[in-house]
Amino acid sequence: MNDMTPSPGFDVDRIRADFPILRQTVRGKPLVFLDSAASAQKPVAVIEAMKTAMETQYANVHRGLHWMSERTTEAYEAARDAVAALMNAPDRHEIVFVRNSTEALNLVAHSYGRHLLRPGQAVLISAMEHHSNIVPWLMLRDSHGIELRVAPISDAGELDMAAFEALLEDGKVGLVSITHMSNVLGTYTPAERIARIAHAHGAKVMFDGSQAIVHRAVDVQAIDADFYAWTGHKLYGPTGIGVLWARRELLERMPPFLGGGEMISSVSYERATWAAVPHKFEAGTPAILEGIGLKAAIDYVRAIGYPAIAAHEAALTEHALASLSAIEGLRILGAAQDRGGVVSFALDRAHAHDVATLLDRFGIAVRAGHHCAEPLMHRFGLESTARASFGVYTTQAEIDTLATALVRVREFFA
Amino acid sequence: MQPPFLAPEDETAAAAIAAIGEELAVFDDWMDRYQYIIDLGRKLPPFPEPWMDEAHRVQGCQSKVWMEACQADGRLFLAGASDAAIVSGLVALLLRVYSGRAPEEIVATDPAFLRDLGLIEALSTNRGNGIAAMARRIRDLAMHAPTAQVPTEQMTPT
Repeated sequence: MNDMTPSPGFDVDRIRADFPILRQTVRGKPLVFLDSAASAQKPVAVIEAMKTAMETQYANVHRGLHWMSERTTEAYEAARDAVAALMNAPDRHEIVFVRNSTEALNLVAHSYGRHLLRPGQAVLISAMEHHSNIVPWLMLRDSHGIELRVAPISDAGELDMAAFEALLEDGKVGLVSITHMSNVLGTYTPAERIARIAHAHGAKVMFDGSQAIVHRAVDVQAIDADFYAWTGHKLYGPTGIGVLWARRELLERMPPFLGGGEMISSVSYERATWAAVPHKFEAGTPAILEGIGLKAAIDYVRAIGYPAIAAHEAALTEHALASLSAIEGLRILGAAQDRGGVVSFALDRAHAHDVATLLDRFGIAVRAGHHCAEPLMHRFGLESTARASFGVYTTQAEIDTLATALVRVREFFA
Repeated sequence: MQPPFLAPEDETAAAAIAAIGEELAVFDDWMDRYQYIIDLGRKLPPFPEPWMDEAHRVQGCQSKVWMEACQADGRLFLAGASDAAIVSGLVALLLRVYSGRAPEEIVATDPAFLRDLGLIEALSTNRGNGIAAMARRIRDLAMHAPTAQVPTEQMTPT
């Protein structure tokens, strides 16, 4: 795949026009939004899709026999088709709608971890996971006697593949759960290789694709994954809707996560029987409008095209790494060969909190803190960093504004 | 009162808030204002190293804030610190307003002055900033101080 070829059709100014929020000024300065990895801004297409649904086509889904419910169900289920196509899932019934990646990971920890892993087996994660891919496994360990193993990373922020494989050697690992792209280091993990090695040792493999799917095409069949989780709001969609994709045979064997309406086939006071997948995992009224918004976001991203997005962001990241590393006293975390549009950094003279507070006065939005990845911060001997992250609408000029402001911030703390 | 606990320099909490407002108004540039706040933080009495632990920490995930309190002569004295420079300055402002005051005066003094001065965006909702949590902890301590003469309707936790 040649993601680096710039797309002649890619025009960042035209794309920025699709995002109304970017026209704002903050503290009298043009908004420089470099916090897309936390949550991305929304294009008009998403805003309009949700508004139109509320104005013209809304009722509860999957249950009404009336016209409005049927139309709404069609629109909502079209989102499932769009997600399946986006991830190249072989079967639309393998798409489970959840609230976010965190819920997807918890669903797997509960329904797969508690019921299909045996006490004494292990779950293997990496040393660059978000808390949402650590805490569910700590809970599973404490409640179910599952061992938690952590594959180390290099100083460059890449997964140590030899150590990773060694941790699988004894055959106790039942599930590997690893980020597809680090939210702190920007590192892409070699998903195909991870899946091949995990499977060779009898383990299933899950990827936290919250960051990865924003920046490059994800093909769950090419990866040969067993589970893949991501969230809508980072992909220019609404909050409150995320995706768990899993192989159908796994979903069939897993018991439900939450009980309630929508997920049953029949209920008496003696017993309940479950609806077919994916509905047995979708208890209660789903995020209908958010599903419709997510489809609009997917259509938007696919219309631009992943090759164009990846090329634009690769150029931005290269520019950011060059500009920021030229600043004296600035340390960039990680130097992975294969990385995406997330750059975490620390200034020698200033706490990340101070850096972010002063950048805010320049109209620049960055994240500061441990990025919900405390163990990873400690791996690099830090408590916190500032993080600039890029999206389709980010410009080279914005990165120049950041670099100029950072020089002033550092002078300020001289 | 001995360091690290801060003795009050203004007559009342209200006078301290007014004085802070006047001092900050001198600067028309935000960088200068922050420089002034950072300097206030640097002038704080050194916070004892052994107190920089979990027991002294107030919640907040972007920077660390520690505090300790003691009572003398019916007044509450405070000490505090942060690992970030601007936050240390905000700690200094809180201590200047609240340290060495009677519990009634502390409870009656709304920490909204930090927001009114444009130093903090959202006092009640931003869990990232330890300052809001510190302001809550100070008022909480004052409400439960044995010497406090607090009207019962103000005792309800907020």
